[in-house]
Amino acid sequence: MNFFELFQYGFVIRGIEAGIIVALIAPLIGIFLVLRRYSLIADTLAHVSLAGVALGFLLNISPILTALGVTVISSLGIEKMRNTKRVYGESALALFLSGSLAIATILLSLGKGFNTNLFNYLFGSIVTVTQTDVYTMLVLAVIVVTTLAFFYKELIYITFDEESAQVAGVPVRWINMILIVLAAFTISLSIPIIGVLLIAALIVIPVVAALQLRRSFTTTILYAEAISLFSVIAGIFVSFYLNLSTGGTIVLIMLAIFILIMAFKRQ
Amino acid sequence: MPHVNHNENIIEADHISFSYSGHEVLHDITLTVHRGDYLGIVGGNGAGKTTLIKILLGLLKPSSGTIKLFGQEISRFKDWAKIGYVPQKATNFDVNFPATVEEVVLMGRYSRRGLFKSMTGEDRHKAKEALEHVEMWQYRDRLIGDLSGGQQQRVFIARALAGNPEVVILDEPTVGIEQEIKAEFYTLLRKLNRELRLTVVLITHDIESMSKEAMHVACIDHTLFFHNSVDEYFKDTHAVIHPHP
Repeated sequence: MNFFELFQYGFVIRGIEAGIIVALIAPLIGIFLVLRRYSLIADTLAHVSLAGVALGFLLNISPILTALGVTVISSLGIEKMRNTKRVYGESALALFLSGSLAIATILLSLGKGFNTNLFNYLFGSIVTVTQTDVYTMLVLAVIVVTTLAFFYKELIYITFDEESAQVAGVPVRWINMILIVLAAFTISLSIPIIGVLLIAALIVIPVVAALQLRRSFTTTILYAEAISLFSVIAGIFVSFYLNLSTGGTIVLIMLAIFILIMAFKRQ
Repeated sequence: MPHVNHNENIIEADHISFSYSGHEVLHDITLTVHRGDYLGIVGGNGAGKTTLIKILLGLLKPSSGTIKLFGQEISRFKDWAKIGYVPQKATNFDVNFPATVEEVVLMGRYSRRGLFKSMTGEDRHKAKEALEHVEMWQYRDRLIGDLSGGQQQRVFIARALAGNPEVVILDEPTVGIEQEIKAEFYTLLRKLNRELRLTVVLITHDIESMSKEAMHVACIDHTLFFHNSVDEYFKDTHAVIHPHP
């Protein structure tokens, strides 16, 4: 089968559409999380979203929507717990990560959901993506991009220097809350394509790779977008041809780019 | 020439005390900064200088006492653009942060723009002016982390200036800056105070420089034990006996 025949398959086209949406959104959130040493929240929310997926299986409704609901609620919980300072920030993450994984396994065992379908949600597969998923993802993506555009300058200011931003009158607490909710949105919408267990990589690795190039903030975002887009599209094709897990392939391509940049920088 | 307007209070701290976990960090501090003043707040490590500045900026709430900014109760004060803040950053920000000098200075326009508004040509123009004041315009495309400590500090001052403030508050700006650059730095502050007519409040442990540069000195060691003009400082035996640090 040649390259163009691939597009005769509806699921391939849907997979690519979904992939492009996710690839464009993830680094936009990622840059703010990575620079604020918040990378691990992506991983925590990804595990939380698994509980949402399990709930979707059990209730027989769209796992993306249940994942979205559960992840947004948990993200607010994590932020609140961090603000009260009664537990350390990373302890809050650990509590949510292990707690939600426990809930997910219970829900899955109740719904007898341990099947290949679950495997697709764990590691991503373009076969999982339905047309409704693509529309849902598109709507979420528009919300994420619009909100980021609205708060772009506030987010940069807080990310660089939270204290000065506060003195300048930036509503720091609100903006932090918005960022974490957007992260929850992004993670939920990335599930079908890259899988629960590898979403954090998509949010973090393109940004970390782009940061090595040491450019301005805007240029760094553009580089991260390019790395992410290339990896996702290449990953979809390679995984399809070689019959590999889509998520795993995408992440390995991104890592390869990161290593190439590091090697190039050393010379 | 000094141009302090004693009728106009920029900052008024009235009987401020602050306790943290049962330990009193600041005790009963009363001080006023007038328009056009150049006040050095000096004290040793752990004397409570940074706590005081955080209270004056509304980042911390005092356990007792009141703060007024530009004659207004701090809880009701909204006009944060009037205050330019230079945090203790030159030595402890993320040097890998991907921001150019111009991007950093544009952050200072936030308080003038507010939420939901994007930056305009006017903001860029103000950022350019601010960078010219600190003679850093030619570095606008360089990454902030690639500059020397002294240059970074100038950029942070430019960021504070970009918002067109009426008072600039600096927290330990000369820490980690080489001696000769320090002199240039004080020249710059003098220019801001005398030529741009900005009120300057500077926190430092560098009493020697302050005695030459500032108009007034406030010595803090958990409480305010001296607050007067620099000339008076040298006459005050108490201050001479306890030169902090």
